[in-house]
Amino acid sequence: MDLTNLRGKYIEAVAGASSEAALEEVRLAALGKKGEISALMATLGKMDPEARKAAGAAMNLLRDEIDAALRARKAALSDAALDARLRAEWLDVTLPARPRPRGTIHPVSQVMEELTAIFADMGFSVAEGPQVESDWYNFDALNIPPEHPARQEHDTFFMHRDPNDPRPPHVLRTHTSPVQIRAVVDQGVPLRVIAPGRVYRMDMDQTHTPMFHQVEGIAIDRDISMANLKWTLEEFCRAFFEVDKVELRFRASHFPFTEPSAEVDIRYSNVGGQLRIGEGDKWMEILGSGMMHPKVLAAAGVDPNEWQGFAFGVGIDRIAMLKYGIPDLRAFFESDLRWLRHYGFSALDMPDLAGGLSR
Amino acid sequence: MKFTLSWLKDHLDTEASLDDILYALTDLGLEVEEVVNPAAKLAPFTIAKVLEATQHPDADRLRVCRVLTDEGEKQIVCGAPNARAGITVVLCKPGDYVPGIDTTLGVGKIRGVESHGMMASERELELSDEHNGIIELPSGEVGDKFTDWLASNRPGTVDPMIHIKITPNRPDALGVRGIARDLAARGLGTLRPLDIPLIEGQFDCPVAVRIDPALKAKGCPHFAGRLIRGVTNGPSPDWLQQRLKAIGLRPISALVDITNYFTFGLGRPLHVFDAAKVKGALRIHPAKGDETFLALDGKTYALREGMMAISDDAGVESLAGIMGGEASGCTPETTDVFLESAWWDPITIAATGRALRINSDARYRFERGVDPAFTLPGLDLATQMVLDLCGGTPSHLAQDGAPLDTTRSYRLDPARVISLVGMDIPEVEQRATLEALGFTLAGDMATPPSWRPDVLGEADLVEEVARVASLTKLVGKPLPRVAAGVPRPILTPLQQRERIARRTIAALGYNECVTYSFIDEAAAKLFGGGTDAVRIDNPISSEMSHLRPDLLPGLLRAAARNQARGFMDLALAEIGPTFFGGEPGEQHLHATGLLVGHSAPRDPYGSRRPVDVFDAKADVEAVLAALGAPARVQISRKVAPWWHPGRSGVIGLGPNVMATFGEVHPKVLAEMGIKGAAVAFTIQVANIPFPKTKTPTRPALAISDLQAVERDFAFVVDSTVEALTAVNAALGADKALIESVRIFDQFTGDKAEAQMGAGKKSIALTVRLQPTGKTLTEAEIEAVSAKVIDKVTKATGGTLRA
Repeated sequence: MDLTNLRGKYIEAVAGASSEAALEEVRLAALGKKGEISALMATLGKMDPEARKAAGAAMNLLRDEIDAALRARKAALSDAALDARLRAEWLDVTLPARPRPRGTIHPVSQVMEELTAIFADMGFSVAEGPQVESDWYNFDALNIPPEHPARQEHDTFFMHRDPNDPRPPHVLRTHTSPVQIRAVVDQGVPLRVIAPGRVYRMDMDQTHTPMFHQVEGIAIDRDISMANLKWTLEEFCRAFFEVDKVELRFRASHFPFTEPSAEVDIRYSNVGGQLRIGEGDKWMEILGSGMMHPKVLAAAGVDPNEWQGFAFGVGIDRIAMLKYGIPDLRAFFESDLRWLRHYGFSALDMPDLAGGLSR
Repeated sequence: MKFTLSWLKDHLDTEASLDDILYALTDLGLEVEEVVNPAAKLAPFTIAKVLEATQHPDADRLRVCRVLTDEGEKQIVCGAPNARAGITVVLCKPGDYVPGIDTTLGVGKIRGVESHGMMASERELELSDEHNGIIELPSGEVGDKFTDWLASNRPGTVDPMIHIKITPNRPDALGVRGIARDLAARGLGTLRPLDIPLIEGQFDCPVAVRIDPALKAKGCPHFAGRLIRGVTNGPSPDWLQQRLKAIGLRPISALVDITNYFTFGLGRPLHVFDAAKVKGALRIHPAKGDETFLALDGKTYALREGMMAISDDAGVESLAGIMGGEASGCTPETTDVFLESAWWDPITIAATGRALRINSDARYRFERGVDPAFTLPGLDLATQMVLDLCGGTPSHLAQDGAPLDTTRSYRLDPARVISLVGMDIPEVEQRATLEALGFTLAGDMATPPSWRPDVLGEADLVEEVARVASLTKLVGKPLPRVAAGVPRPILTPLQQRERIARRTIAALGYNECVTYSFIDEAAAKLFGGGTDAVRIDNPISSEMSHLRPDLLPGLLRAAARNQARGFMDLALAEIGPTFFGGEPGEQHLHATGLLVGHSAPRDPYGSRRPVDVFDAKADVEAVLAALGAPARVQISRKVAPWWHPGRSGVIGLGPNVMATFGEVHPKVLAEMGIKGAAVAFTIQVANIPFPKTKTPTRPALAISDLQAVERDFAFVVDSTVEALTAVNAALGADKALIESVRIFDQFTGDKAEAQMGAGKKSIALTVRLQPTGKTLTEAEIEAVSAKVIDKVTKATGGTLRA
């Protein structure tokens, strides 16, 4: 059989093989040890060098051609098999994914961390104090003597006092201000701390809950002034509300533990029910502040002739409501799953100044 | 505190606009809460003149008027009987809103005749109830604004009412004059002088007054009065009635209205007794505690011992400084009046008012501090007003005691003002401010005026100066950094840990809650609390009567509320304080997670199963690991009674309890109304040991290139044998070689017992050997395996499973 016929036969056989097994049979028949082409090539050894050269080249060509055809056919068959398998493996990918729980951080916790990030940058550390307070820390030390009208305005929760115990009843702290005293007593001066936490007032209606959150801030040094207070609050509000500028207005007021005292208003607008801080022509009261009263410094064991400082207090729930557009204070403490999911924050939403406080 | 603009102008000579005054008030610390300006609703109306009035062709009662207005002649159809040529009227044009009929006018056609506006009656403009005809003005030019005419001719009708919030330190601003003084100090005009008339008594006061010695030193150092004989107590004049009405007071009679006028105008509460009803002398004394008293508010009060009363021979006639009595009150028939002016101790007044729950304008002022030096001048001014309005003849003064001397002085350090406030206020201005507020300056000492009991130190002088200078002008000044460079971390290790716990728990899928620190007694008791030590004396409701001993009750209640809304599967958590006592500091920081219901919603893959103890255990271990708890811990079953005794555990280190996890006791779940399974964990955040030293450096990583070998073992043990016993025993077989031991299967239940005997189970563990020096030979592996089997069978009393 001449090479041309041989070629035609096997090329046809390769093309006609419909499975990998049939193809292997073709390969063995052609190129296997006892294959037709292999047998033909074995005859080369008996030829004279001149003829061997010519026939060898032709045979090698034929062998390579058949081999290439076999490989190509093999690849085609395996591709077809894979295609068939993939077709059989079809799944409905619109089915729901396996459930993965999604937790949330409460807005109060989130805002506390935001506050901490801002004030830490200004050198404030975080102080804490007990929720149950003696009336000395909650009132007397803050220049609110027993008969002061401000004491009545605090709507205080009193703890039960055993009739045999002569001490005045303890209170649930009505503000975070007692931490001022504790922090100064513990840490001395100069000092910069904020004290976020739970506070309690006997009040429950549309806009009040018997527990809410405040953050107290104090800075004490030899020359800290109310102008420093204003700057600090401006910076805080600008950073917290994440706006380019804010405008604050200090308004004379009265708190027993500061003097002079100021209520602080922030400029805002109300566009279609949406509050925008830093623009517009409306003012909203957001916090109380002032220079620490000399009696408060003295109560904390600091000489008011040598040291002076500012103090401020902000409602955490309130600024959370303002910033995130949360309408109802009472819902903060109701743990309604829908509310927690809607207003909560992802575990990885960690406020920092580099990335911005919120997403 | 409410007052009107014209009232203010009685005391303040000013050209300032209403807006400027309002701004200054708020800025001075007298925060404006509300302004009612009656002129606002009358602003569009102008004065016009009727030129001609003719009968309407189709209506008997209507007239067609030709009216001269600022926009020329207009035709207006009018039904008023007094509409006629020549009268001056108030014109409302098309487009104007007429308050009394709540209508915005248009051009109308009345019975075929066009009408361009209307001429108003008093009622239509809400000036009075008068509606018999349209307003006829006695004066006024066509085109003038009607509000201007009212301002000149009937100022009371367009007098803006201003309502301000008074902070407790400013009793002086509870009188219009005090407010005027603040505005004058700010530069908004000058305070008009207050001339005190000289009252010449015509006879001795027949009502003697005597302060009980027990009250003279503190309760009532000064009591004065005067009888005015032959008065006529009719209604007070319109201007006075109008002012009182404007601030929400009901005019009663001239005598009573005068006392109210002094209370609000000068911050000087007074009382008037009908002298004919007073029997004998007036005695100011502490109540014995057995008196009852019918007050002017129509209620009867039982006085308690020590409360201050004013009595005559018939009994208590007045609750001193708070409210007069019905028996001796003035009526229209009163002819002889005893006018009282006294000074009462604020603390005693406050205590009495609180105890009796009785509020009055007098109490409000006396408990904040009334000017003690104004007792007599106030009495004289009021006497003069009674004489002017009611006639009569005054008696000589009757008084006991003397004005309290409150003179004190403080050093004014102008440099201190500047350093505290951070505003450069010149010394001259500082002194001028204080003087304008009534302070007396002598050298560097400032004496506060008698009406400022709140000024009690140098810092108060600073406040006054800053307040009047305006804190609005304060310009922020950067707070210098504590130290140059990058700020240092500021959180304490515990604060840092609280954050990590919170975020880890949220990352595990829990929704963080913030629940109240107080719960109901029943729930508190279920969780080991509810004692008197943590009881709130005045809870806002019985649901909030005790400080919480644990976070679980609050979360379980929250879970029950959510289940009631149809959310059955929940993962709730809280990180916050719990209370083990009622003393300050008797609180712990807990981190609690609660899983309720199923692990997942139903899905095509069968993920859903009831939550179980190992879900809680997985989460608590994840949080403990995040908080740096050591890997090797003890698990005991000494759980608190609100846990399932067989399905919960305490994770600890020796006696130190770090956490509890497990199923919540079914009885507790039933009490709390939870449906389905509930498992939880509680971490005592502070109990996890803190690292002794803090370094960011990690220990060197020791890894071996040699192949690790794993060998599996199964043991048959008693069914109550704990897996951890086997694991710890296996680990002890060769501490150098055994890297880890892991339970990978257990075989329990009826089938297991059928195979292995009653009360038996099988546990399977895999031991991983990590050689370090050289590859292990089969013999070495066999040796370790034998040791593992030996240790485990000894520790558990079990046998290797065949």
